[in-house]
Amino acid sequence: MTSTIDPDTTATTKTTTTRKPPSKKRKRTARRPREFTNFDVWILVGSLISAICLNWLIFYRLTDGASAFGFFLGSYVTFLVIFAAVSADRVGRLVATDRLMTVVVVSAATVVFIPLVLLIGYILVEGLKALRPGFFFNDQQGITPIMPATSGGGYHAIIGTIEQVGLALFWSLPLALAAAVFLNESRSKWRRPVRIFVDAMSGLPSIVAGLFIFATLILPFAKSGNPLFGYNGLMASLALAITMLPTITRTVEVVLRLVPDGLREASLALGASRARTVWSVVFPTSRTGMTTAVVLGIARAVGETAPLLFTSFGYDLMNSNPFAGSQESLPLFVYRNIRKPDIAAVQRGFAGALVLMLIVLGLFAVARFIGRDRSKRRAKASRQSVSTTQTSKNQLAKGVAK
Amino acid sequence: MTDVDVVVESDLEENLTESDRDKAEKIFAKNVEIIGGPPPGPATLEAKDACAWFGDRLVLEGVDLVMPKGQVTALIGPSGCGKSTFLRLLNRMHELIPGAALDGEILLDGDDIYATGTRAQQVRMRIGMVFQKPNPFPAMTIRENVLAALKLARLKCSDKDTLVEQSLIRAGLWKEVRDRLDSPGGALSGGQQQRLCIARSLAVHPNVLLMDEPCSALDPTSTRRVEETIDELRGEVTVVIVTHNMQQAQRVSDLCAFFLAAENQPGIVVEQGPTDVMFSTPTDPRTLDYVQGRFG
Repeated sequence: MTSTIDPDTTATTKTTTTRKPPSKKRKRTARRPREFTNFDVWILVGSLISAICLNWLIFYRLTDGASAFGFFLGSYVTFLVIFAAVSADRVGRLVATDRLMTVVVVSAATVVFIPLVLLIGYILVEGLKALRPGFFFNDQQGITPIMPATSGGGYHAIIGTIEQVGLALFWSLPLALAAAVFLNESRSKWRRPVRIFVDAMSGLPSIVAGLFIFATLILPFAKSGNPLFGYNGLMASLALAITMLPTITRTVEVVLRLVPDGLREASLALGASRARTVWSVVFPTSRTGMTTAVVLGIARAVGETAPLLFTSFGYDLMNSNPFAGSQESLPLFVYRNIRKPDIAAVQRGFAGALVLMLIVLGLFAVARFIGRDRSKRRAKASRQSVSTTQTSKNQLAKGVAK
Repeated sequence: MTDVDVVVESDLEENLTESDRDKAEKIFAKNVEIIGGPPPGPATLEAKDACAWFGDRLVLEGVDLVMPKGQVTALIGPSGCGKSTFLRLLNRMHELIPGAALDGEILLDGDDIYATGTRAQQVRMRIGMVFQKPNPFPAMTIRENVLAALKLARLKCSDKDTLVEQSLIRAGLWKEVRDRLDSPGGALSGGQQQRLCIARSLAVHPNVLLMDEPCSALDPTSTRRVEETIDELRGEVTVVIVTHNMQQAQRVSDLCAFFLAAENQPGIVVEQGPTDVMFSTPTDPRTLDYVQGRFG
């Protein structure tokens, strides 16, 4: 193959070279106008160091009025000015402006990130001091103020949280689904008021939900002595259901709205009733989204303390029956322990907070996983034949072209 | 996408071997009974003075049109002249749009589908519909998609496997999907999805099949497959098809109705008749202009 072609090509190159005057072949370099090279990193670091030095000189050597805040702010501003000036000198004003804005945005994002890291780090450090495997197997029975933080545990609180949130989900899920279907699938003129009502409800202070249950279900039956209407997990679950309801409703509604109308029409055209369409077509299509909604609803309720204050009240010992007697839950465990005067109890509170945080983190991870799973599958289906190597090659080519 | 199209190319009807034909005959010899489904055979559909409103706006006025049993009727005309609205009148999909109203009669084998006491769901089961955009149910497999009508309209069927095979063969999709009936319907190519939707509509053995520009989202090869399917359905099902493609109307239809709406006027049927007459010697000059591509 090559031997037959070779003479041809050499012939053509010969003819072209004889016709055209020999020209220098331009050396090709791949240029990337927006590239951030190692040298630019040095500029960044250099600007930062010189800004800090300059401000150290101003704030701590030349003047007396040394304030840390002024030092940081001054350093930052000086850093920006130096970085902009040096960049402008090296790559021109246009690119320098772009880089300056990038630095400002990135530093702003970092500032926002700091409190989160501090918060999580603090709870992690404090919580780990008292968190031992025993935390998951013991309640607070026989715990006295002089005992170390690692004794006892929050087993009773974890069980209480699971029971209360589980019951709350049991109450609110059917209601929320029904409300979301009403908002999205019906053509009632009451949809608008209901939507406003749901929105208003999601802004309801959660303590009001607890107060509502206290005032309507606990207080009027206080003298009857019926444990079902006293302080117990059931009452807490009702209060939590009130806080979960708007969250789940709105999320499910959004998810249902994403189902294309074409599917509903297709279903109706096949002879399905509207109810059947919702049940057999709309729900299955949005199944993953609805699961995410439920997980978000749980995550919302699991960290609520205020609705529990007047409903489940809190209890130091294990009470696995949610229908009678006051019950502990993780947020209440944290709240009650951190208020105690002894350091060991405070540390136990931090351990509870850490466990609670891990539970919420786990729930969000589950929600993300479910959501990701769906989009991945769809992407897979849409680019069946395009191989990943091809895409990466394309991206590379694009990058080079830039 | 490309490799899927290659499969379509090599699977065209001419390439069917004798044994395939025998197999198909054997499959169709089996009688699948659908309990509660439509009565067998095609049906005549007739519109008498049909009018349609959206809110206060009259969009379609006085349509008289007979769509004879077992034949293919094409509805042609420029955009916004009420073809799709008319089509949706025929299986009571029009009334689902908020603010929509109608007048006149639509007779299915002589019975008004809008008569009081007639259930819209029963009508829609007898008069199937294929939409412009392929819309298989993404949460269902190919097999479940074909059988969706049974589940949705609460029908019972004596032999589901045979029904799936029959429906997919009739829609011209069987050979391409028989090995992956349990994969999701959304993973097919656009043309295959549309044929899956046709199979889904055919599964309950409707008397009439309405098609609202079924090929407008498809490439030429898939369009050809769908047209072949329509051709094979001739005699078994009454087909009413809305199309913007003159050549398609000419190729597939026996009868043709030309819809037109003057500015701020409701749509009317300007002319109707056998397709060959409509495309060669129409009586109305506007029809001639349209079929010859002088406007629209």
